[in-house]
Amino acid sequence: MAQVVAQRFPPPQFTETSHVLPVPTEPAVRALGLEDLDLVVLIAALALVSWLVLRKRSRRGVVAVGIFSVLYFGFWRKGCVCSIGSIQNFAQALSDSSMGLPLVVLVFGLAPLLFALFFGRAFCAGVCPHGVLQDLVLLKPVKVPAWLDHSLRLLAWIYLGLAVVFAVTGGGYIICQYDPFVPIFRLSGSLTMVLLGVSFLLAGVFVGRPYCRFLCPYGALLGVAASVSKWRVRITPDTCTQCRLCEEACPFGVINKSSVNAPAPPRVHDKRRLLVLLVLLPVLVAGGFGLGGLAGGALARKHRTVNLAERIQLEEAGTVTGTTDASNAFRAGTDSVDSLYAQARAVQHRYSVAARWCGAWIGLVMGLKLLSLAIIRRRPDYEADQARCLSCARCYRSCPQELQRLGLPVPEPPKATNG
Amino acid sequence: MRVAVAKGEFMNRRNFLSGGLRGSLLLTLGGVLGAVTGKAKARNTVWQIDPWKCTMCGRCATECVLELSAVKCVHTFDMCGYCQLCTGYFEPDPNKLNTAAENQLCPTGALVRSFIEDPYYEYTINEPLCVGCAKCVKGCTMFGNGSLHLQIRHDRCLNCNECSIARACPADAIHRMPADHPYQFKSRERKT
Repeated sequence: MAQVVAQRFPPPQFTETSHVLPVPTEPAVRALGLEDLDLVVLIAALALVSWLVLRKRSRRGVVAVGIFSVLYFGFWRKGCVCSIGSIQNFAQALSDSSMGLPLVVLVFGLAPLLFALFFGRAFCAGVCPHGVLQDLVLLKPVKVPAWLDHSLRLLAWIYLGLAVVFAVTGGGYIICQYDPFVPIFRLSGSLTMVLLGVSFLLAGVFVGRPYCRFLCPYGALLGVAASVSKWRVRITPDTCTQCRLCEEACPFGVINKSSVNAPAPPRVHDKRRLLVLLVLLPVLVAGGFGLGGLAGGALARKHRTVNLAERIQLEEAGTVTGTTDASNAFRAGTDSVDSLYAQARAVQHRYSVAARWCGAWIGLVMGLKLLSLAIIRRRPDYEADQARCLSCARCYRSCPQELQRLGLPVPEPPKATNG
Repeated sequence: MRVAVAKGEFMNRRNFLSGGLRGSLLLTLGGVLGAVTGKAKARNTVWQIDPWKCTMCGRCATECVLELSAVKCVHTFDMCGYCQLCTGYFEPDPNKLNTAAENQLCPTGALVRSFIEDPYYEYTINEPLCVGCAKCVKGCTMFGNGSLHLQIRHDRCLNCNECSIARACPADAIHRMPADHPYQFKSRERKT
């Protein structure tokens, strides 16, 4: 339906000149062509890093590709679209059929996972600008105690759950909103976000890649894929001689010690613990489901519609005086207050359902984490943990056999000590 | 020798397990791919402002991730009255109807006024100067025909996954549009 808009002034009637009215220009969409280029660069970089890590075993090469990625995906393409954020597009597209999923997001979301299934986390090593930026500032790595490392890593899974909640309820993309590095790539942003990014980088000088390890939800997914990858990082190019030289080589603390010389753990005790944890798992899931319901209301307040409805309610009740831009815009529109309230209630309902499932998810993640800690695996070699290894290739040169292979001088092995 | 045999055994079992898991994860990825491509529209989309919803709050100038916003003022000339006293161009109660800076509403002098014939003046936008502050849009919409309005210019827009102006827009005026029709200009006929 077309309606003629009221015009205060009539169109001009030129008599002396034959002036033709110009039309507004329509500059072509620049972003889409660049996005196609991004796809090519992404795939090429993934393949190159996989080759450099697994075949060439070259840390220098990984760093070189990494610097390119920071410059290209980070500073030039401003860090968007990225794989981390793409999770939210997937969640939204899967829950809302009217929502489109652009090709670039599809490939950014799936390609690194696919590569991780075969070659490990090549994406983290040298393609993700967020990761490489943190990798480059890591100068004095300190060791994070195992218990702290394991607990902090849970945050990534919780963050993933929350991001999905906000994406499927239309509450926005929190991963993008609270991305600490994008303001650095863009050289602009709110003060809080810039400070957050800078503090992550400062922390990253000592704690290796804090965002990647403890917060990145995509990294968590990549870890799952990489844990069953076909090829993986092997510290030694030959056979492990248990020389222990690589023990401290990983700044992220993901090298699992060989269990060849370790005493066998008492099995009975272990089995009982496993049983307790297996019973605990459904309890945690159910508990999370229950607690999630309580959080739904609080999370919903972030949503635009709920926010606006609350404001309008306050204004209608006369509790607050004055209006906001949003309430003005609402009153200028055609929607009635009642329909706004109804919409807000529907949104709140969606949030409470989503928050319950998110709670259950958090319970499940915690339970599975406890279970995985209770299972003791025997390892013949010193190996990088497949799930947590970021494929940075730092550990290779700690192995005397690798040095031998490269024809470099081999340091004396440390004196054998007990334990 | 015993170590070697034991090693071989559990490596095989692990390889078998991880192969199976890898296969199932591949299937999962394939399932996700199928689900999203089956449901999703294959069309690419870009962000755009609905000029009829815009409340000229000025956030477009400040919220864009680009230092100089991708939002610019555009002019639908066939809606314009070509007024001599343009309320989008001049400050309220200007000293004189001339192009002196103190008379102009535009803080950057991006709106260009040129004489066509008595009493008609044409107003064009010098896009590199425009910051998208909507001051002229407000003047034009409140007291004139509303022919000046804001649009996201796609030679500049980065097409962020989530437009940060859309997040801040109080009127929810920024939405995704198909990339083959990336502009939503105003016209005398308002389509509803």
